[in-house]
Amino acid sequence: MPLRRWWERAQSVPGAPHARGLAVSVDEWRQVAQDTAAAGGVLLSLWIAREPGAQAAVYAAYLTDRGVLLAELVLAGAEEATYPGLETIFPAASRLQRAACDLCGVRASDPDQRPWLNHAAPYEFVRVDGEGVHEIAVGPVHAGTIEPGHFRFSVVGEKVLRLEQRFGYAHKGIEQRFTELPILHGHQLATRVSGDSAVAFAWAYCQALEGMSAVAVPPRALWLRAVCLELERLANHLGDLGALGNDAGFAFGLAQFSRLKENLLRAVSGAFGRRYLFDVIVPGGLAVDLALDVAGSLADTVRAVCAETRELRDIYDAHEGVRDRFRGTGRLTAELAARLGVLGLAARASGQAHDLRVDLPCPPYTELSVAPAVQQGGDVAARVAVRFDEVRESGRLLAHLLSALPDGAYAVDMTAPAEAAFGVGLIEGWRGPVFVALQAGPDGSIRRCRLHDPSWQNWPALEYAILDNIVPDFPLINKSFNLAYSGVDL
Amino acid sequence: MLQTLRKIGSIGLVSEPAPAPDELLRVRRALDARIATLLGRALCIRHVDAGSCNGCELEIQALSNPYYNLEGCNLRFVASPRHADLLLVTGPVVKNMAAALQRVYAATPDPKLVVALGDCGCTGGVLGQCPAVLGPVSSVIAVDVAVPGCPPSPVRILQGILTAIAG
Repeated sequence: MPLRRWWERAQSVPGAPHARGLAVSVDEWRQVAQDTAAAGGVLLSLWIAREPGAQAAVYAAYLTDRGVLLAELVLAGAEEATYPGLETIFPAASRLQRAACDLCGVRASDPDQRPWLNHAAPYEFVRVDGEGVHEIAVGPVHAGTIEPGHFRFSVVGEKVLRLEQRFGYAHKGIEQRFTELPILHGHQLATRVSGDSAVAFAWAYCQALEGMSAVAVPPRALWLRAVCLELERLANHLGDLGALGNDAGFAFGLAQFSRLKENLLRAVSGAFGRRYLFDVIVPGGLAVDLALDVAGSLADTVRAVCAETRELRDIYDAHEGVRDRFRGTGRLTAELAARLGVLGLAARASGQAHDLRVDLPCPPYTELSVAPAVQQGGDVAARVAVRFDEVRESGRLLAHLLSALPDGAYAVDMTAPAEAAFGVGLIEGWRGPVFVALQAGPDGSIRRCRLHDPSWQNWPALEYAILDNIVPDFPLINKSFNLAYSGVDL
Repeated sequence: MLQTLRKIGSIGLVSEPAPAPDELLRVRRALDARIATLLGRALCIRHVDAGSCNGCELEIQALSNPYYNLEGCNLRFVASPRHADLLLVTGPVVKNMAAALQRVYAATPDPKLVVALGDCGCTGGVLGQCPAVLGPVSSVIAVDVAVPGCPPSPVRILQGILTAIAG
């Protein structure tokens, strides 16, 4: 059955024009996945909802040309113990299924039954045998200022034969905590799923809540949200471009880009009262407005930062040593990126021309005509080039957004939905698509909140990108992806 | 190369003076003031993320940008707790990181200092009530200075570190 037929059978989700949902039988569960893959769609997220005394249900969200297709499989009888896994169709499903099992006790049919979030249970890494093969274990505490995670390299000499990642160290139980919060307060926790993507997660959460409540967010608030999202993209890209120069032995790059990032953060602080845009996006709009003169000086800083970035791009491009370290390193081919269902920035660097701001835009992106940055190389150089292109494009968008902010209110009052309802949020964060599926209970409660970072899909791709590279290039390759830990450990 | 040198020359020095210590951030004074002052002449810092959202990490990284002149304050980040005098700990401590944090603490030679960073590190913060969280940093290891904020700015972080070593 072609994907179109599932799409037609599915029902629309209130307030989410790009999403549809359908209930499927256990026989149809894998068929939907297969038809999605055949049509070029990818798995966006997979999770299980299990409430005390009720039947568990497993959900899969697919990102297709038409929009987000949600499949729900209510688990009854024999499936309660084991449901059919999707890992052979979408490899990223494996870790999602293992994590869901640790949280809910419901297993997929995946032969890999090792725990993921539960670190109390024993864990066996896959061993590589052969003459001269040895293992290097790194983490959870790393040498640099980064989040906790474990990398197990099997190497011969300096060459990497295999990398296996082990995460869950930053697991806090965020999704369970959501069920204890009033739905109107959930955005504070969503903001802190992954601090570097605070805007993307808060917006996606608010979008889901506002959609189910049929609240019309004022245009000024939507434009300001886009300002925040592009500022977040800009800040992260500037940080990464500096760190990537540094990892290639070019300390000048770190000094310059970290200075530019600081200039930007200080301008953001002057505009919004905080350097990182935590708790700025709230249900109904924004927590603060932007004064006209402040918008002007913020635009000036953005323009100056982008102009200097163009200058630094020339220096990076002309630097023999930097070029040598970037080119051909950590290559992820277009075929592999498609097979693994890689998302966002990493996918665009491997020839996958997808950007939600173009493909499934929400207001105000519907009026903005974003030019997506696409590179074919799939190596560190390509991921650097995508960042440079996206800095330029965000600079262009910010100049437009800040000069033409609509007048009017920056927020409207929100009341919590009185009855059970369902909403979906989907935002192109700086790493890629950030997805929220929100189930409201009665009287402003939350029954289930699923939050998904694209790092779920992209971490396994890093295990491939490192193959046949040398161990000392791992920090560079890893940074070129710069994936989330807390954002997936939840 | 010329372009690089020209850029360095045109930007010049952007470093700003260090902030003064703030005694309000101090939780306890376990070290003799003379030892703390001696450590302050060349202090090595090891960062540990015990379960944060990564917001605090962004601001710790910002501390290394040219504005804050970290090494000019005799401070430097090191790659191993065995080389460290001070642990800079972020996040509420989660179950899956408690053992690693305790091992890092044990591996850090005495005399040592601990600075808990961010609302989560100080009190648990917004993430403190999550079911797989044990509690603030002080629930697992002894804390000398606590720097609140979500996330705290680089100036506040620097102030916290300088408070820990103020005689």
